[in-house]
Amino acid sequence: MGSYILRRLMIFVPMLFAVSLVSFVIIQLPPGSYLDQKIVELQAQGGDASSLGQIEALKRRYGLDAPIWKQYLMWIGGILTEGDFGESFAYDKPVNQLVWSFLGFTLLVSGTSFVLVYLLAIPLGCIAAVKKGKPTDHVISGVSFIGMSVPEFMLALLLLVLGLFALDYLFVGLFSPEFYFQPWSWAKVVDLLKHLPVPAAVVAVNGTAGLMRIMRGSMLDVLAEPYILTARAKGLSRRQVFGKHALRMAINPIISIMGMSLPGLLSGSAIIAIVLNLPTAGYLLFESLKTQDMYLAGTLMLMLAALLLVGNLISDIALAIVDPRIRYD
Amino acid sequence: MTDPPPEKTTPVGDAAEERAMLLAAATPAASTDSVDEVKYLTQRQLWWRRLRRSKLGMAGGTIVVLLYLSAIFAGFLSPYSPNEQFISHIHAPPQLPKLLHDGGLQRPFVYPTAAQLTEDGLERVYSMDTDAPRPIRFFVRGEESYKFIGLVPTTLRLFGTGEADAPWFPLGTDRMGRCQLSRILHGGRISLTIGLIGVAITTILGTVIGVASGYFGGLTDTVVQRLIELLMSFPAIPLWMALAAALPPDWSSLKVYFGIVTILSVVGWGGLARQVRGLVLATREADYIKAAKSAGATHRHVIFKHLVPSTYGYLIVIATLAIPATILGETALSFLGLGIRPPMTSWGVLLEEAQHVRVIVQFPWLLLPALPVLLTVVAFNFLGDALRDAINQER
Repeated sequence: MGSYILRRLMIFVPMLFAVSLVSFVIIQLPPGSYLDQKIVELQAQGGDASSLGQIEALKRRYGLDAPIWKQYLMWIGGILTEGDFGESFAYDKPVNQLVWSFLGFTLLVSGTSFVLVYLLAIPLGCIAAVKKGKPTDHVISGVSFIGMSVPEFMLALLLLVLGLFALDYLFVGLFSPEFYFQPWSWAKVVDLLKHLPVPAAVVAVNGTAGLMRIMRGSMLDVLAEPYILTARAKGLSRRQVFGKHALRMAINPIISIMGMSLPGLLSGSAIIAIVLNLPTAGYLLFESLKTQDMYLAGTLMLMLAALLLVGNLISDIALAIVDPRIRYD
Repeated sequence: MTDPPPEKTTPVGDAAEERAMLLAAATPAASTDSVDEVKYLTQRQLWWRRLRRSKLGMAGGTIVVLLYLSAIFAGFLSPYSPNEQFISHIHAPPQLPKLLHDGGLQRPFVYPTAAQLTEDGLERVYSMDTDAPRPIRFFVRGEESYKFIGLVPTTLRLFGTGEADAPWFPLGTDRMGRCQLSRILHGGRISLTIGLIGVAITTILGTVIGVASGYFGGLTDTVVQRLIELLMSFPAIPLWMALAAALPPDWSSLKVYFGIVTILSVVGWGGLARQVRGLVLATREADYIKAAKSAGATHRHVIFKHLVPSTYGYLIVIATLAIPATILGETALSFLGLGIRPPMTSWGVLLEEAQHVRVIVQFPWLLLPALPVLLTVVAFNFLGDALRDAINQER
C-alpha cells in the first residue's frame, strides 16, 4: 500500500501543474483585461502620467505584452519562488493577501456541509434499505428525490424568502454586520458559529440526497449476500447483523466516492455563496470574473481545483486503508 | 457521477418476505415476464414493456413530452409576444380567472386592472375595475404576430381577453410590463433545447472518446484518462462561470446560446466517457468480438457494429439523467448573468430578475419561473430512474 500512496502522490504534482496551466489559459481567454479597461479610462480622463506609468510598470512586471506561454511561466515562477500569485488589479492588493481568508471560509462552509452530508446520509440510507418498501423507505426516498432535484441556488433563494417572510430575518453573510471589519475575537467566532449552520445545510442538501441513495443501494446489495443470511441463521441479533456485518461492507462505496462528493460541495457552495453573500472563494471568483481581474480569478480557479485534488487524494488513501480487499499494483 | 449501483430486489427482512423469497425460488417461472411471450420480443420492446410498468417513470415521461410540446407551440399557447411591453402594466400581479360576478355564475372572466402611483411615487398599486368583467375567450387575435411552429405567420392565440385595453396576465408582468406566462413558455424553448443539444454533444463526445479509449487502450487510453482527470479536477460551477465569462460581450444572443451549450458539454463529457470505457473494457474480450476480429472485421466494423450498439442501453439512461443537469447548468449561469443574454429568454434569464430579495418581497410572482425548472428536473429524474430499472434488469 505504501507504494500505492507514493504513486498516487507522484501523479498529484504534475496534475497540479496541469490544473494551473488550464486555469491560466481560461482566465486569459476573454479579450481585454482589467488593466486594459483601466488604461482606456485613464486615457479618457486625459491620462494622469504617474498612474499610466504605474500601469506600464505592472505590464512589464507581469509581461502582459508577452505571449501567453511566457506570461504563464512568469506567473507560475512567481508562485514557486516567492509565493507571489500576482496582483489583484480591482482590489489593488497582492492576490496573496486577499485569497486566504476567502479560501478559509470555503473550507469551513464546505467542510461543515461535508460532515453534515455523511452524518445524515449514512443512517438515513441504512434505515431506508432495512425498511425497503415500507412507508419509512418511501418517505426517505421521496424526500431525497426532491432534495436531488432542487438546484442549490433555488434552495438559497427560497431560504432568503422564507426567512424574510416567516422570521423577518435575512440569511445573508457569515457574520452580523457589526463584526464585518473587526479583528478576530471570541465574540466574532461565536457569531460565525451562529451563522454557519444555515448555509452549510443548504450546501449539504443535494449531496445528502445523492449519497443517501447510494448508501441505500449498497446496503440492499449487501443484505442480499449469503453471509448475511448465515449471520441471521446462526441467531445473531438484528443489530449485530445490520450494524456489524452489513454496514461494514456497505460503507465501502460511500468512502470510495468521498472524493467525488467534493466537487459537488465546492461547486454548490460557490453558487450559494453568491446568492447568500458568503465571503468564500466562489463568491470572490464570481466578482473577479465580472471585473476580469485575471490573476485573482486564475489563482482562485487553481486553489479550488487544488482543494479538490487534495480531497481526492485523501479519499483514495482512506479507501486503501478501509478496504484491504482492493489490491493496488 | 452519483449513480447509485443497480439495486437488487431480493427482499431481506421479515420472515414473511423470506418465505415469499423461498417460494419464488421454488417456482421456476418466477420472472414477471412470461417466458413464452418474452422470447419473441426485441430488446427495445422488452425495455418498453418494463418501462410501462413504472408509474412514476411514465408520469415523468408524459410531463417531459408535454413540456416539449409547450415549447413547440409556445407562440400559440402564450397570450402575448414575449417581448411585447405593456407600459401601463408594469409589475402587474397575477390574476386568476374568476367565475362569480355580481353574485351570479359566469363563464370565466377577469377584471381589467389599472395602476396608480402611491403618493410618494415609489410604488404602483393595482386596482381592479369590478364593474366590467372581460370574458376569457379562446382563439383570439393578438396585436403582435408570431410564427406558428416557427413557420406560419399568424396573430391567433389560444386564449386571452382579445381586448387591447384590458390585457390579462395570468402570471403577472415583469419590470418592463411583459407577460410572464408568455415569457416562461418562450423561455422553455431555450432552456429545454439547451438540455437536448447539450446532452447530444456530450453523448457523442463521450461515446467516441470513451470507446476509443477502451478499445485501443495503451497510450490513447492513458492520455484520455489523464485528460478526464484534469477536467474533473475543477468544480463544475466555477469552471462554467470562468468559461462563460470568456464569451465575448459583443456576441449575438444566438452565438452566446451555442457558446453556453458548448461550454456545458465540453465540461460534461468526462464522466460519460469513463462509463463507456468501462463498458467497452468489459465487452472487448467477449467471444463475439473475438469472432468478429478473427473473421477479419476492421476496427471500424467492430466499433460501430458491435461495441457502440452494446452501450446503447446505458447511454439512454445516462443521457436522460444528464439532461436535467445541463438545464440546471444553463439556469444557474443565466441566473448569475453569465449565461443566455437578452433579447433571448430562458428560465434562468427570467429568474435573474428575482435575484434581489427586495424584488422578491415586493413582486413574489417573479419567482414563478422556478416552477417549470423544478418540474422539468423532477420529470426527467423520474423518467431516467425508471429507464435505468427497465434497462438494467437483464444485466
